[in-house]
Amino acid sequence: MVLQPNERRYRDWSHRRLGPWCSPTGSPAPLSCETGCGEGSWILVCRLLVPTQVSLLSMEEDIDTRKINNSFLRDHSYATEADIISTVEFNHTGELLATGDKGGRVVIFQREQESKNQVHRRGEYNVYSTFQSHEPEFDYLKSLEIEEKINKIRWLPQQNAAYFLLSTNDKTVKLWKVSERDKRPEGYNLKDEEGRLRDPATITTLRVPVLRPMDLMVEATPRRVFANAHTYHINSISVNSDYETYMSADDLRINLWNFEITNQSFNIVDIKPANMEELTEVITAAEFHPHHCNTFVYSSSKGTIRLCDMRASALCDRHTKFFEEPEDPSNRSFFSEIISSISDVKFSHSGRYIMTRDYLTVKVWDLNMENRPIETYQVHDYLRSKLCSLYENDCIFDKFECVWNGSDSVIMTGSYNNFFRMFDRNTKRDVTLEASRENSKPRAILKPRKVCVGGKRRKDEISVDSLDFSKKILHTAWHPSENIIAVAATNNLYIFQDKVN
Amino acid sequence: MMLSKGLKRKREEEEEEKEALAVDAWWLDPSHPAVAQAPPAVASSSLFDLSVLKLHHSLRQSEPDLRHLVLVVNTLRRIQASMVPTASLPPVPSVPAAPGMADNLLASSDAALSASMASLLEDLSHIEGLSQAPQPLADEGPPGRPTGGAPPGLGALDLLGPATGCLLDDGLEGLFEDIDTSMYDSELWAPASEGLKPGPEDGPVKEQAPELDEAELDYLMDVLVGTQALERPPGPGR
Repeated sequence: MVLQPNERRYRDWSHRRLGPWCSPTGSPAPLSCETGCGEGSWILVCRLLVPTQVSLLSMEEDIDTRKINNSFLRDHSYATEADIISTVEFNHTGELLATGDKGGRVVIFQREQESKNQVHRRGEYNVYSTFQSHEPEFDYLKSLEIEEKINKIRWLPQQNAAYFLLSTNDKTVKLWKVSERDKRPEGYNLKDEEGRLRDPATITTLRVPVLRPMDLMVEATPRRVFANAHTYHINSISVNSDYETYMSADDLRINLWNFEITNQSFNIVDIKPANMEELTEVITAAEFHPHHCNTFVYSSSKGTIRLCDMRASALCDRHTKFFEEPEDPSNRSFFSEIISSISDVKFSHSGRYIMTRDYLTVKVWDLNMENRPIETYQVHDYLRSKLCSLYENDCIFDKFECVWNGSDSVIMTGSYNNFFRMFDRNTKRDVTLEASRENSKPRAILKPRKVCVGGKRRKDEISVDSLDFSKKILHTAWHPSENIIAVAATNNLYIFQDKVN
Repeated sequence: MMLSKGLKRKREEEEEEKEALAVDAWWLDPSHPAVAQAPPAVASSSLFDLSVLKLHHSLRQSEPDLRHLVLVVNTLRRIQASMVPTASLPPVPSVPAAPGMADNLLASSDAALSASMASLLEDLSHIEGLSQAPQPLADEGPPGRPTGGAPPGLGALDLLGPATGCLLDDGLEGLFEDIDTSMYDSELWAPASEGLKPGPEDGPVKEQAPELDEAELDYLMDVLVGTQALERPPGPGR
C-alpha cells in the first residue's frame, strides 16, 4: 500500500504534543542528571502510534487514507496486540526510522525537513511508508504456525535514491526496496489512461509517452526473500561492512548470505549438539564488526560472547576470542544462569568495544580483554531480590536491547514501568527516564525518575513494588549522529531529543 | 504433589551432611551470603515444582522457545541438584580427588534428577493421552495410553535423524520398549557406576536398576526436547 509522505494523518494530535524544539547539537552533549544542570536534557519530540487501521487494508488496494478516522487511533484502548512494536532502527543517516511490529508490518518514519517557516518542526518524524512485510504462515510438514512478528530490521547503507532494508521474522529474511515515485508516464499508444488496452485499429497517430509529475508516492517492494535456511527461530540479522553479505542467526546456527543469492547460504556457526539432550546453551544475538568484514561476535544464553574470524575456517565453531566474566560467588543463586543470559550484543561505532545486555546489567567489553568487561552498569539492581517472583511470572526471560550513541560515549537500555536508562561512560552519570503519556507534559523537560529500594520513599520516587512489569521498554534506537532517540513502549513510539540550553 | 513423587527428601540428613560434603555445595551453606538471603532449602521444592510446570508449559507450545526451554532445564538441574540429600554420597574419606568431585556430584544429582524425571515422564504420558488442546497442568488425568491419531510432524527441535523420527512415531510407549543400552558403556557414566550411585534412601528409585535411570534420562531428554509435537494436534500457536 502506498501512503503520502510527510502525511501527519497518523500523528497523535492530542494536546500532549510538545514544543518548543531546539536545534540539535552538532555533537552529542553530555547528559544532565537530576542533581546537576548539565548541558543536555531530554524533551519529547513526538509520540507516534503505529497505525492500527492499516492492518485492515491489503497492500494492493490504493486507498484514500483521508477517509481513515483519526480519532480511532487516538484512543489507547483500541490498540491491538498486532500493533506491539517489536523492533526499532534508524537508518545510517538518521533520516529514516523503521519499526516492525507483531503483526508483521513495517512502518517507516521520515524526519521532517528543516524549513524556514516551521523551524520548530525540525526533528519530528512522520509516516513515510507502511507495508506488510511478513504474513503468518503455516508449516504443514511440522504442523507449526510461523509468527509474522518482525524480530529485527536492519538498514543497508544507501547507495542510490532508493532505500533498502532487511526485515525478518522467525524463519524468513526479506530485502525490501523503498523508493519514491514522483513522475509517471502518460500518453501510451496501446493503453488508455486507465490502463485498458486500446483496439489497435482505432489508433491513427503515434505519440511519445512523456513523464509528468505526480503526487509523491512511496512504494515498498520485496526484492529478495531468503527462506528455508533456519530450523530454529531467527534472533538477529546483521549487514556486513562489505555491503555484499549479511548474516542471520537462530538459536543454534548462524548463516551467511549474499544479497544476490536467495537459494543458498553458508552455515558459519553451528552449536547444535549431536544429541539434543546435551543441549545446554543457545545463541542469543550476533553482529558483524562495523569495519572488519571477516569478524563477528555472537552471544549465548550462558553469558558468553565469542568473537570469530571467518578467515580462520569455513565453519567458525572455534572462536578466536571468548569473553566471559567469572561468576560473582556472593551473587550466586538458582537464577544465576538465567540472569547472565545475554539478550543483546552491539559493537561500538568505533569497533573497539562490544556492549552486552543481560537481565540486570549492561557491560562494555574491550575486544582486547576477554576475562572481564571494562565497565558494568546496573540497570535495575533492585530486582535482584525479586528474581524468584520474576521467574514465576516469566519476566526474568525478557530480552532487553541496548544501544550506543553516535560517539560511543553514552549507552542506553530499557527497563520496566516504561523506564529507560542512559549511562554516560565518561562522566559515569546515569539517568532514568520514563516514556509514557501521563508523565510527558507539554513544554517540559523529561523528569528523571528514581526507584526507591527501601526505607523512606521520597515524594517523587516510585517503590519497587509499584513498578508495572507489563510495561517494558525492550526496544530503543539512537540516531547515528544526533541526540535523538526512539523508544518503543508497546504500540507507542516515543521520539525524544536532547535539548540544549 | 504428583510431579515430585519418587523423591524423598530427608531434611534432617540434609543438615547433617552439610559439613561432611567437601564440594562446593554453596546452596547448603547457611553462612553463605546468597543462601542467607535466599529462601530456605525447603522452599526449593516449590521452586522445583514451578520449574517443572514451566517446562511442561514450554513443551506444550506448538514450537517451544528453545532459549526458554534450555534455561528452564538448566535451572531445574540446579534446583534438583540442590535438593539431592548429600547423604547419597559416601562419607568424605571415600570421596575421590577434587577433579572427580564435580563428576560425582553431577552423577548423583543426575541420578536423582533422573528419578524425578522418570516420574515426570510418566506423568507427561498421562497428560499427553488426555489433552486435545493445551491445558493447565494442575489436574492429573486418568492414566492411559496416549491417544493415537495422525503421527505428528517432527518438531522444530527434532533433527535427530530418521531413526529417531520412527521411534517417536511409535508413540511414547515405543520409547520404553526399545531401550538403548549403549550409554552405560560411555565414559560419562563411568564414575557413577563405580559405586557412587544413590543409596537406598532415594525411595522408589531403589526399585529400579541403576542402568534404567540413565537410559530413562536419555529418552526423557529426547522426549523433552523432541516430543512437543508428539500426539499433540496443531495448536493455535503462541
